[in-house]
Amino acid sequence: MQRSFFARQPSVLIFISLLALFTIAIVILSEGFGLGLVSTSFVKILGKTLCLCLVAIAMDLVWGYCGILSLGHFAFFGLGGYMIGMWLMYERTKDIVIASLEGAALPPTAEEIREGIGTQIFGVVGGSDIPVVWYFADSLFAQLALVVLVPGLLALVFGWLAFRSRVTGVYLSILTQAMTLALSLYLFQNDSGLRGNNGLSGLQNIPGLTDMPQSVLSVWFFLASALALSLGYLLAAFVVSGKFGNVIRAIRDDEARIRFMGYPVEAYKLVVFTLTAVIAAIAGALYYPQAGIINPAEIAPIASIYLAVWVAIGGRGRLYGAVIGAATVSLLSSWFTGGQAPSVPLGFYTINWVDWWQVLLGLGFVLVTLYMPQGIGGLFDRFIRKDAP
Amino acid sequence: MSSLLEVTSISVSFDGFKAINNLSFEIGGQELRAIIGPNGAGKTTFMDIVTGKTRPDEGRVRFGEPQLDLLRLSESQIARAGIGRKFQRPTVFEAQSVRDNLLMALSNDRLPFAVLGYRETPRDDERVRALATEIGLSGELGRKAGELSHGQKQWLEIGMLLAQDPKLLLVDEPAAGMTLGEREHTTDLLRRAAETRAVVVVEHDMEFVRRLDCKVTVLHEGSVLAEGTLDHVTANSDVIDVYLGR
Repeated sequence: MQRSFFARQPSVLIFISLLALFTIAIVILSEGFGLGLVSTSFVKILGKTLCLCLVAIAMDLVWGYCGILSLGHFAFFGLGGYMIGMWLMYERTKDIVIASLEGAALPPTAEEIREGIGTQIFGVVGGSDIPVVWYFADSLFAQLALVVLVPGLLALVFGWLAFRSRVTGVYLSILTQAMTLALSLYLFQNDSGLRGNNGLSGLQNIPGLTDMPQSVLSVWFFLASALALSLGYLLAAFVVSGKFGNVIRAIRDDEARIRFMGYPVEAYKLVVFTLTAVIAAIAGALYYPQAGIINPAEIAPIASIYLAVWVAIGGRGRLYGAVIGAATVSLLSSWFTGGQAPSVPLGFYTINWVDWWQVLLGLGFVLVTLYMPQGIGGLFDRFIRKDAP
Repeated sequence: MSSLLEVTSISVSFDGFKAINNLSFEIGGQELRAIIGPNGAGKTTFMDIVTGKTRPDEGRVRFGEPQLDLLRLSESQIARAGIGRKFQRPTVFEAQSVRDNLLMALSNDRLPFAVLGYRETPRDDERVRALATEIGLSGELGRKAGELSHGQKQWLEIGMLLAQDPKLLLVDEPAAGMTLGEREHTTDLLRRAAETRAVVVVEHDMEFVRRLDCKVTVLHEGSVLAEGTLDHVTANSDVIDVYLGR
């Protein structure tokens, strides 16, 4: 008979327990709630890392399990960030505008407030009208819905067109890169309505919570990210554990065969592609309020390629592998590029890690591919007893 | 006897080469049929057309009762309508257990959300066990399909086709690379399958066809050259010419 969900997915309980312990430890050590041993900026880095782990899980689901090497999932991540960023920026600017008009003899009209917001936000791109895409920006509920709907619909339409034409393999990867590039180029334009290359900023300030210091806010976002990661891990484990997981692995291994067994392969791919796009978008919506700023460079094609590199280094086809890869590489990356890594003087030349980190990452990727094709996560196989029948 | 599959004057050409040329073919509801023919006779293309992988340039393909026009359906729809296909190379999902392979093949709902909510029932468990016994793999249910021998993989694939419970089973060279004992087991499986459904076997190997002891259709250059018992067709002078050269 069928074993229980947790018996088939032993990593779920272990992962969630470890994450819970880690979360508690960080809260205790944080500036906002505890001993103050962990700085607020580091709590933010950790919170952001958890979001990156979540998008890596999405990538693992779509690539490691279903075999679709999407090089566009960071576009969905970025779109999620933009959608929440619009609300954050609009509401905060509205508060500022209202405060600045307070001293006037007459109370400000709605028209004046709108004009003030328009000038404040779009002055940098030479406009003062609020573009139509900001229609829902003063409703948190609507923008939260858009976090899911915009990337979800984009993935649905893109996936439907690509999968029904039987675009697979490297051609699909190229197509997803093209989508990402097109989106990022579009957002770079000043008249895209999303402030061109300035992007959205000041996202770390949460409207309505202006009295809450960043040290406290950062811990709340960290907790929210941890919760989202646990839920994402649970969802992904549920998706891959049952018959659905067997079918998508079968699609990865031999698409034609499973099609002749009567499974509508395109529909499965579309479900997985769209679901993972939505997970990526939610991760992005949690990430950018912690980063404080989002601009089109975040959606550049290279970001999505990095995502694939994290999953490959961590070990694809295993959810904890994606988490390990994303956490290791992104933390190392922020250490090396953050200027904390000591430069190595060689006499004739000084290795400056900000420049050389990319080389190191490239070498690491090549070495993992050659000598550890299962990734870092593959090391755990040695400790785990072969799956009993 | 009304026919289950009716293929009427289909033709298909690839870059000017006529792979199938005005081919017509019929098979009844419970019948075992062998299709033989030299290389390039159009055997595999014929299967591709019936299973929806290739679209013919002209002709009709009708299946079942009430009749379905297979040319309007996708591969997965055709499979769900009741046509199973076994490829020449054994293709089982090697990374998954024998049990999971069979479970995936069982004729349950195949649409994504139904599969997402699927819970294994005792009845499914029973069916998997019964199938495993039938194909002689009941001791191997927990093993990875990739660890099986070549012959066992072929049986697993036949078992997966039986699990689909198709009305028509198309089998491409089942005996290739098998030992004598494995061939006997395979013949038994196919003949038993043909008691409740139509089975079409494409085969090169005359000795294996003789063992199947069924009606034979000879294809040559994309059309039917002869049809009848094996003795009847091998006595046909055209067949002798094609097989032995002119």
